[in-house]
Amino acid sequence: MAFEPRIIGFLCNWCSYTGADLAGVSRIKSAPNVRVIRTMCSGRVDPAFILQAFQLGADGVIVMGCHLGDCHYQNGNHKTIRRMPFLKRLIQGFGIDPRRLRLEWVSASEGDRFAHLVNEMTEEIRKLGPLNLSVHREERQQAMHA
Amino acid sequence: MEKPKLALYWAASCGGCEIAVLDLHAKILDVAAAFDIVFWPVALDFKYDSVRAMTDKSIDLCLFNGAIRNSENEEIARLLRLKTKTLVAFGSCALEGGIPGLANLTTKEDIWRYVYVQSPSTVKDAVGIYPQTHSTMPEGSIEIPEMWNTVKSLDQIVDVDYFVPGCPPQPERIWEVIEHILSGKPLPPVGTVLGAGEKTCCDECTRTRNEKKLKQFHRPHEIETDPKECLLDQGIVCMGPATRSGCGALCTMANVPCRGCYGPPPHVTDQGAKMVSALSSVIDALDPEEIEKILDQIVDPMGTFYRFSLAHSILRRVEKQ
Repeated sequence: MAFEPRIIGFLCNWCSYTGADLAGVSRIKSAPNVRVIRTMCSGRVDPAFILQAFQLGADGVIVMGCHLGDCHYQNGNHKTIRRMPFLKRLIQGFGIDPRRLRLEWVSASEGDRFAHLVNEMTEEIRKLGPLNLSVHREERQQAMHA
Repeated sequence: MEKPKLALYWAASCGGCEIAVLDLHAKILDVAAAFDIVFWPVALDFKYDSVRAMTDKSIDLCLFNGAIRNSENEEIARLLRLKTKTLVAFGSCALEGGIPGLANLTTKEDIWRYVYVQSPSTVKDAVGIYPQTHSTMPEGSIEIPEMWNTVKSLDQIVDVDYFVPGCPPQPERIWEVIEHILSGKPLPPVGTVLGAGEKTCCDECTRTRNEKKLKQFHRPHEIETDPKECLLDQGIVCMGPATRSGCGALCTMANVPCRGCYGPPPHVTDQGAKMVSALSSVIDALDPEEIEKILDQIVDPMGTFYRFSLAHSILRRVEKQ
């Protein structure tokens, strides 16, 4: 079976989720590989959520929030803009290619941008291949057979 | 009445936890008076076979320190679980892999290659000779334990009843735990962390904290720190915000940043991720290039943020590509 990337998308409620919704109602076609989780703010995305996504089998994680200056909570995404490059260094320390984690800004009116980023990320992860963390792969298999 | 039976064991650890128990000083006599010590390889001459001969669940309390690093550690962990009513993961290594858990940054293969081939202290004609689990000589054969590729915490191998963190657990906290058990008071729910606080190390630290805005990080030897002010405020990477309280902030009181030995605070699964969060909030920059420059100053984030908790973190080990 061909490899289909599994990507988790954390989308902020106010801009990016609405942008994704716009892409949907505008019938813009995009890859079905991003599973969207809505958060109240991109600043709400705890780095542990992202590590857990990788642990549970995600091949990539994309975090989307409001453009700087547009944050519904004024400076929530100011935390995100520092957190994500920091976390990239950490996952690199764990032997995970930092390209598997991506931060993008998508406003509520940017449905086309959302679709474009989803396609781009999907292709990037497709090239990188499955993540397949060994410890967790074994445990998932054991859990499936238990 | 028969005295309750106590066992102490060390797996992959340095022995500091055992010293911490002895650091109860005169109170160690109270422990000896209250308990019948049935197994304590560091201090008393018991054999594994004497534990194997015991009936199941006949040991009342076992303080197990050390990580699970090889087949012997794992075998004894399973044996003690079988023979013990209340099994306590005692100290950072048993709780979360501790310092031995840093071996998860690499592989068994790489460690062995360094130790038995590349290290300057390897004798020339012994290069490339690796330990064998089984070897035969004219005098007979011997078995030694097999080293695992991944270091694990005790609770990743067997069910654990209680957790006592610290590297080592502070004697005062140990005594509180023992006193509680001796008093016969009902024990807290299984899975509780004993001998530690419910807040972070910062809560116990008496240094003055201000609004944090950092453009520069320093290593402890690079600057002279103000002894009254928060170390993180001064740009020293201190694990306090992502570490459970209980030690009394011993390190920061001695002008040394917190190393994180009490593990993550309640409801936090990953100390490193929490530290990324905490530091990201105080970095004073919005320009991606400037942020990268500031992050460059944080030396060895893996070894610093996961110094004690790597084996028990969400991802647990480094994936060698």
